Amino acid sequence: MTILLLALRRLAASLPTLFLILAGLFLLLQLAPGDTVDALMAQMGGGDPATAEELRRYYGLDVSALVQLGRYLLRLVRLDLGMSAIYGKPVADVIAERLPVTLLLMGTSLALAFLGGMTLGVIAARTVGRWPDTLLSTLGLVFYATPSFWFGLMGIVVFAITLGWLPSGGFEEVGSGATGLARALDIAHHLVLPTVTLALIFLATYLRVMRTAMLEVMNLDFVRTARAKGLGPTAVTVRHALRNALLPMVTILGLQAGTMLGGSVVVESVFALPGLGRLAYESVVQRDLNTLLGIVFVSAILVILINFAVDLLYAWLDPRIAAGG
Amino acid sequence: MRFLARFRRSPASLIGAALLLLVIAVAIAAPFVFPRDPLSLAGRPLQWPMVNPRFPLGTDPSGRDIAAQIFHGARVALLIGLVATVISIGIGIAVGALAGFYGGWADTALMRVAEAFQTLPSFLLLLVFVAVFGSDIATVTVAIGLVSWPAPARLTRAEFLSLKNREFVQACRVLGMRDAKIIVREMLPNALPPVIVYASIVMATAILLESALAFLSLSDPNVASWGNLIGAGRGVLRTQWYVSAIPGVAILVTVLAVSLVGQGLNDALNPQLREAGE
Repeated sequence: MTILLLALRRLAASLPTLFLILAGLFLLLQLAPGDTVDALMAQMGGGDPATAEELRRYYGLDVSALVQLGRYLLRLVRLDLGMSAIYGKPVADVIAERLPVTLLLMGTSLALAFLGGMTLGVIAARTVGRWPDTLLSTLGLVFYATPSFWFGLMGIVVFAITLGWLPSGGFEEVGSGATGLARALDIAHHLVLPTVTLALIFLATYLRVMRTAMLEVMNLDFVRTARAKGLGPTAVTVRHALRNALLPMVTILGLQAGTMLGGSVVVESVFALPGLGRLAYESVVQRDLNTLLGIVFVSAILVILINFAVDLLYAWLDPRIAAGG
Repeated sequence: MRFLARFRRSPASLIGAALLLLVIAVAIAAPFVFPRDPLSLAGRPLQWPMVNPRFPLGTDPSGRDIAAQIFHGARVALLIGLVATVISIGIGIAVGALAGFYGGWADTALMRVAEAFQTLPSFLLLLVFVAVFGSDIATVTVAIGLVSWPAPARLTRAEFLSLKNREFVQACRVLGMRDAKIIVREMLPNALPPVIVYASIVMATAILLESALAFLSLSDPNVASWGNLIGAGRGVLRTQWYVSAIPGVAILVTVLAVSLVGQGLNDALNPQLREAGE
């Protein structure tokens, strides 16, 4: 219970941050040349000033910026994100349609990066100074320096175009009419390349963090005790060292939630996935600032929720936190 | 120079330094080797590398010389990386030093703002900046600097917090030195080494951020950026994959060089950490 209270307190503390983000962005968007109505008029192929005036009143753009900000925040509390000028639907609906794809992509990538980084990091730490460690650490550095979109493109060249094993883009076969398990398999098939692309950079980070953490933990007294009482190297690693070495990994997980969301903008564009990131890109290109602001709002909430989960996980891994709180 | 000796001892940092020197040499040589505008029409589009001796790396879908774009792109990448890093580290040091030195409400307020910046995915924030202020090269560079200051700010703040109560700082206070002088002349030099190491990470990230933006054709189209070239090659990926492949390798080499040098600096500045890790 203490854990939950502690995490909830942290969650409450992030409310002012959320407010700061929204107010800052809203004021930033006031600086943008042209507003929603200008974008709409341009789309209609121009129109007379009277129509523009009426539209501005309809969208509530005829009052001062501060009043607009107040109204905007009030609407947000009711989860009303306004209308998307380009898609002609409520922003909340547009985002809700796109969110599952991004969540799926992020979830699978995160799992792959975390598990892969953990395993490889342990291997590197246990062979420290020998060739598997050197190889893994070098590969980690190279992946870290690779632009993800380029990795995705090269993946398409090799696995989709040359070998023909995987589809080059899209979320599922359009018009296949598959349902249930067949559809799930089809989606999984489509998500292999995007997931690996998004996961690779983060895998490199996790590998490095895990390696360092394992090396540190392996020098601690309790590990020596475990060895002294006759446990084999695998048992020491898995039962004693791993759990403690996981703490910095979990910290990174929370810190990188936002980066991963940003990375999905690029990856979704490479693979033509209909997700939140691609929506962000489209709304920039089409100057749909209302939608962009909505996406930023949802992303911020997502990051805050992930950090809430990380807090819980952290306390579960390290009982000292709950005891101390 | 014990520092240089330590830096030289690690092969990784030597490779990094060599690669970085190579990229810098390419950037300096660009206007001499390829005096023409790299974005002008040079020959028949989509010639494969090594086929026409005039174009050792081939031409892109618009008939522009890829080698020329790679050379000039090195200038763009290094310039964007450097300027964005200076902006980010500059803001970070200023905010971190003030927050760490004064504490109290100033600390709370500044760290709240940093937290707000860190909650948002930086690439998404970058998109917002570009959507609002346009995407010419100066704007993009400043925007990249603006989205990446919170981490160096936190680092500087942590250093200042640990320095604040050290005896030499207290001695300065007793001597009646002004705050500004204590911060800039006495504490900053001591707080700087980890921040400088972190600058290499900021620079690597800045180059990657710009290339991603350029790949989505949201960066400046009138600049020979490697990301632009990768984006241009996307349409012909099926047959002429080299158009996208070559600039990607250039980005990879540059970012790798910057990170390796940063790691070497880190190892040289913290020898005890290194020995604990090895």
